[in-house]
Amino acid sequence: MSEINTNKPLLEVKGLKKYFSTKRGMLHAVDDVTFTINHGKTLGVVGESGCGKSTTGRSILRLLEPTGGDVIFDGEDVLKLDKEQMRKKRQEMQIIFQDPFSSLNPRKTIAETIAEPMNIHGILKSKDEVDARVLELMDTVGLARRLMNVYPHELDGGRRQRIGIARALSLNPKFIVCDEPVSALDVSIQAQILNLLEDLQEEMGLTYMFITHDLSVVNHFSDDIAVMYLGKLIEKAPADELFAHPTHPYTQALLSAIPEPNIHKKTERILLKGEITSPIEPKPVCRFAQRCNYATDKCRSQEPQLKEISPNHFVSCFLCDNM
Amino acid sequence: MAKNNTNVNGEAVVKKQNQWVEAWKRLTKNWSAMAGLAILVIIILAAIFADVLYDYDNVVIKQNISARLQAPSAEHWFGTDEVGRDVFARIVHGARISLAIGLSANVVSLTIGGILGACAGFYGGKLDMIIMRIMDVFLAIPGTLLAICIMAALGSSVTNVVIAMAVSGCPGYARIVRSAVMPVRDMEYVEAARAIGCTNKRIIFAHVIPNSLAPIIVQATMHVASVILTIAGLSFLGLGISPPTPEWGSMLSAGRAYIRGNSYLTMFPGLAIMITILALNLLGDGLRDALDPRLR
Amino acid sequence: MSENMKKDLELDIKNLVVEFRTDAGVTQALNGLDLEIEKGKTLGLVGETGAGKTTTGLSILQLIPDPPGIIVDGSIKLAGEDVMMKSEKEMEKIRGQQVSMIFQDPMTSLNPVMTVEDQIAEVVAIHEVDANGKPIAYSDAIKRAKEMLELVGIPGDRGTEYPHQFSGGMKQRVVIAIALACNPKLLIADEPTTALDVTIQAQVLEMMKGLRDKYGTSMLMITHDLGIVAEICDAVSIIYAGRVIEHGSLEDIFDNTRHPYTEGLFNSLPDLDHREQRLKPIKGLMPDPTNLPKGCAFCPRCDYAMEICQTQKPPRVYRNDEHYVECFLYNEQNIKEGGVIGR
Repeated sequence: MSEINTNKPLLEVKGLKKYFSTKRGMLHAVDDVTFTINHGKTLGVVGESGCGKSTTGRSILRLLEPTGGDVIFDGEDVLKLDKEQMRKKRQEMQIIFQDPFSSLNPRKTIAETIAEPMNIHGILKSKDEVDARVLELMDTVGLARRLMNVYPHELDGGRRQRIGIARALSLNPKFIVCDEPVSALDVSIQAQILNLLEDLQEEMGLTYMFITHDLSVVNHFSDDIAVMYLGKLIEKAPADELFAHPTHPYTQALLSAIPEPNIHKKTERILLKGEITSPIEPKPVCRFAQRCNYATDKCRSQEPQLKEISPNHFVSCFLCDNM
Repeated sequence: MAKNNTNVNGEAVVKKQNQWVEAWKRLTKNWSAMAGLAILVIIILAAIFADVLYDYDNVVIKQNISARLQAPSAEHWFGTDEVGRDVFARIVHGARISLAIGLSANVVSLTIGGILGACAGFYGGKLDMIIMRIMDVFLAIPGTLLAICIMAALGSSVTNVVIAMAVSGCPGYARIVRSAVMPVRDMEYVEAARAIGCTNKRIIFAHVIPNSLAPIIVQATMHVASVILTIAGLSFLGLGISPPTPEWGSMLSAGRAYIRGNSYLTMFPGLAIMITILALNLLGDGLRDALDPRLR
Repeated sequence: MSENMKKDLELDIKNLVVEFRTDAGVTQALNGLDLEIEKGKTLGLVGETGAGKTTTGLSILQLIPDPPGIIVDGSIKLAGEDVMMKSEKEMEKIRGQQVSMIFQDPMTSLNPVMTVEDQIAEVVAIHEVDANGKPIAYSDAIKRAKEMLELVGIPGDRGTEYPHQFSGGMKQRVVIAIALACNPKLLIADEPTTALDVTIQAQVLEMMKGLRDKYGTSMLMITHDLGIVAEICDAVSIIYAGRVIEHGSLEDIFDNTRHPYTEGLFNSLPDLDHREQRLKPIKGLMPDPTNLPKGCAFCPRCDYAMEICQTQKPPRVYRNDEHYVECFLYNEQNIKEGGVIGR
């Protein structure tokens, strides 16, 4: 990791937008999201279902075509690439999926699944080279070599997730979007996979965008954390700072809602009113105002902007103006 | 867990199991499907070796008025018809016609309907709408009626029967393939394939189609049965295969006049149709169960 | 334990053995499970996928799919009465009235073509009787349904809506309203908040706590989340491969952890206060339930495994009246001393 300059951004996302048209109007799934991730670092993206965190990840990789904005990867705007250039670019940008059951083709063996990216891009010439590389990758992610001809349905969730990781690594990417990679796994297996991802980052200097709804996981795993709510990025800060000084009322409620496995620590829980809605044709107001315990008339009539309240700590909330 | 990974001795690799072999193993456990398959194999063998068994020109179509309307006997197992031809020999040769038309019409509809359905299901949107609305137009006309129209327009010949059957089979396949492809299209492994840089063509052929085959194969066996039935129906109406070609439906039609005195003339072709359809349906049912991964 | 006789138990399961017999082999889902819930208390049943948590819940209601499931041995007593002796008709009376169950997925546990108040009223109409001992009028059942909705924090006039008009958290509230409609003595909650977002989970847990305290309902909380256990339970049973391997009060389990598996579960969780700390996962995988190890089921994954663990089933060792562990590491003396594995 020493040769990589960790102060240079690898990924810059500027004003990213992804709208879906629905029967009731435009759904602003991702609305004007801006952030950067430096080389070899991890950005954790947290939020509840429907906040647009997965859509953000997929839009960056152009698995979904963004509606607007820029995605600068390693100095190059990936949204300007044509189809063939993008196909090539995918070697550098990979994704690990949430569901280890539906993300593997049930009719392909482990070895076939891991070899496929290399075959498509033709980066290794002979079949022997590919086979050797497949075994090497299986070792890397901790899959027993004897399983190479096994089909996914014969394996448990943890092992299947390792296959997904090996597939993503096979092209030697620089950047991986991890879309809830451990949510479907049991805690003991979850820890195994998190450790594996950490080790891989250290060995290969990978940069991660780590999408999750589990705050204790994101806290453990990330350098920076971005909190999303209804398609908006509402707070972003280094992990320690965010957990020490959560500033947005939503972040505060989210952190207080984590059930901690500790019977002596009683945190005062902030209960939110109501539930998350969907951002269809949103008005230019604070999207959290409906559920916010501190909402004022200003929040219901104007839209707050992301502001830097302390070094590298950005919040979008009118309450911070008075601080 | 893999059944055979208990032999953990160092580098021993679990042997690759072909999923089709597994499906076959499950099928062999289903006795009714195996019975259907056995009957079908006998019929197919009869069709292939029909010429060896009975000479077409001298036995199957040559009239022999002196031996007309004989009841079943050791010499003529199923008796003889109104012009003295051996009914059993005609049924054996009839199998050839029925199966040939059934299979070839099926292959044509599967190819055309399948490709249209796969495109509609995979790409969705406008393309889906255009393809499926056209298919709906065809679907709105009853299959037999459509075949009658085509036969009336083009005249009755074996080729035209195949064309008629193929056209009327397309919409059904398009619908089945489309609905099989749509859930697979939304699976994460398809997105994963796109993420590693697969082209659409590769995604469709390597990831989507292999995972949507099961309902298509089942539909195919069932459809062969329905084609055979329709040809028999058309021939019965005098629109399908014209005499003296031995075809089960036309034999049934010809025997109709003698149903009071010589009921075997209608009974045996009728039985042949029934048994074939039954065998195909049994096999189709069994295949559906054997190919369904949830029943593993 | 002679003390057990004195305890007022709502649920008492002894040596429950459940098997699923299929062509592929015999799955040993539960292997001598013991479980006790005192009246008005909440027990957390903690374990991983395939440990037998849901099978336990279904056994209590006699809802194990049969075939292939068979209760081979053991007894299940509800308020002193053995449910295995009950006829199907008697069980129908018990389900919903004396014991009810909440399932994990609120999306599939409601009927999409019935209004939510009809679904609540249905249970009420089946079980409740009026002053004359006749089944209560449907209009009264609907009235009760509206009260139940208010109770779980949904305006009563939304009762005429259909499940798809509700969000996930609201649906789970409706499910809870159905479960509580007949004021059951025991509520079995099978991962009731796993499908919900954290802020909604907090709302639902808070509500369940309130209702439990208000009605004195006993609860079996099936979960994999030790955080939820810390929040809502009085006692905890840790289940592994169909057996309770450690049981005790919250303090016993959280402060005096003894079993290496329980220890492993705690170590697998990221610590919010020490985020840089590397996780210590449990090595390996859950054993195949069709082919369990001969000795201790946890032995192949245990860092402290000894020779004896491979061949013999560990005995039960008590630390106090309630807290016990099934592990060869302990004997009557050293279990009180803070544990061989030192936590």
